[in-house]
Amino acid sequence: MDRFSWTTGLLELGETLVVQQRGVRLSDGEEKVKFDSGVLLLSTHRLIWRDQKNHECCIAVPLSQIVFIEEQAAGIGKSAKIVVHLHPASSNKEPGPFQSSKYSYVKLSFKEHGQIEFYRRLSEEITQRRWESMPTGQAMQVNKDSQAGRIRAVGIVGIERKLEEKRKETDKNISEAFEDLSKLMEKAKEMVELSKSIANKIKEKQGDITEDETIRFKSYLLSMGIANPVTRETYGSGTQYHMQLAKQLAGILQTPLEERGGIMSLTEVYCLVNRARGLELLSPEDLVNACKMLESLNLPLRLRIFDSGVMVIELQSHNEEEMVAAALETVSEKGSLTADEFAKLVGMSVLLAKERLLLAEKMGHLCRDDSVEGLRFYPNLFLTQS
Amino acid sequence: LSQMSKQLETFRTHLQAFASKHKQEIRRSPAFRLQFQHMCAAIGVDPLASGKGFWAEVLGVGDFYYELGVQIIEVCLALRHCNGGLITLEELQQQVLRGRGKFAQDVSADDLLRAIKKLKVLGSGFGIIPVGGTFLVQSVPAELNMDHTVVLQLAE
Repeated sequence: MDRFSWTTGLLELGETLVVQQRGVRLSDGEEKVKFDSGVLLLSTHRLIWRDQKNHECCIAVPLSQIVFIEEQAAGIGKSAKIVVHLHPASSNKEPGPFQSSKYSYVKLSFKEHGQIEFYRRLSEEITQRRWESMPTGQAMQVNKDSQAGRIRAVGIVGIERKLEEKRKETDKNISEAFEDLSKLMEKAKEMVELSKSIANKIKEKQGDITEDETIRFKSYLLSMGIANPVTRETYGSGTQYHMQLAKQLAGILQTPLEERGGIMSLTEVYCLVNRARGLELLSPEDLVNACKMLESLNLPLRLRIFDSGVMVIELQSHNEEEMVAAALETVSEKGSLTADEFAKLVGMSVLLAKERLLLAEKMGHLCRDDSVEGLRFYPNLFLTQS
Repeated sequence: LSQMSKQLETFRTHLQAFASKHKQEIRRSPAFRLQFQHMCAAIGVDPLASGKGFWAEVLGVGDFYYELGVQIIEVCLALRHCNGGLITLEELQQQVLRGRGKFAQDVSADDLLRAIKKLKVLGSGFGIIPVGGTFLVQSVPAELNMDHTVVLQLAE
């Protein structure tokens, strides 16, 4: 704890803030000190701790002082911690809260979470050592400290060497990954070029190409993730895969739909289906494309798109227009209703409740009162009491 | 067309080789994912278009983003009664990370934005509003007209 110095907390020229986290306690090794609740800031050059109640109380330690860091998982009643092992303080360090300390490490307790992100960022900064290439206003004692450190504590040298090797290996892995990625992208680019030329040929020979070949081509494009503007007009965006998917969906969604009054928004369907699948999840586009085919395949469900753009799945047997008549009765009983109140009464989601009320309005059964307080619906007396 | 089919098979093999070496990297590193997305966009490929695409099947990119989509929807629904369907990107990130648990992979702001862009297809009002230096995520289909948007941006 004696490695820390008082500071204003302002960042120097050339120093940038990387991440910050509230609710962090600073401990001197195993002992608690008065730095109980503060904001911990990580910059490219230093680790700074500022008291949440008293902003004047602000201390910092240069990142160059850090030997290595460890994570301590949270336990019962204990928050997650990061343990920061430090070099001994340099002789010309600025004055700090402690003159001496029997520990060569400090603990950061993350009382309000944020430990994973902070640990990652701190490791990155320590690995990248950006403070060496970005000199700030303060005199940087980097090399001197590590020299002094090496002479005094031999055990630490071994740890540092291991860190260095780990860093080199990670760097190598990453650059290898990026190289392979570039090569892969080159090949992908060739595929895109080829598909474009085929798409052009199709456009020229419109009508000459068989349905079978178009379907094959579309599935190729789907595999690559290329948009297919040409075939979309002729046969829609669906493929064999989507047709099978539509049939599966009809099976899966029958019961949930009945439980929810015969109608579900597409977001609910997306969550339900993907949660059930666990692996090999559906993309939103897959879901939409499959649902578009429901009606043409004579399945007991259908996709319905409201004027506002909201998309729902409903049972064939579900008739929204009948529902509207019921809605009108409910509104008349209560005099007037907003979408929230209606949703609560009937037991459906607010989104769908709003759609039903809007549909009722479109059919002329309800009138709206649009004010600062919100949107309220009344029975349309103009029509009934002329 | 058959030529394309052959080329696709070759490509698939290359992709599998890549995946066996680097699949972990995609799940682990937001920086790698970002680079990957940029390169795909540069050549006109959308790796998230379909769960049946090569990218999703072989590399597993799809599952990461689709699951993130589900988590985003759940967070927004849970908090809707508090914040009326508008949430900052930072808070969304915190809540999603909290829900993912201690041992889950890290999620960057870019990851969230991409997942949300895909969710828009579902038609239920997911929108992204630039405010100040960051973004607000809207999860209800209320139309924010120009006045509302300006007020939001000024309130930053």
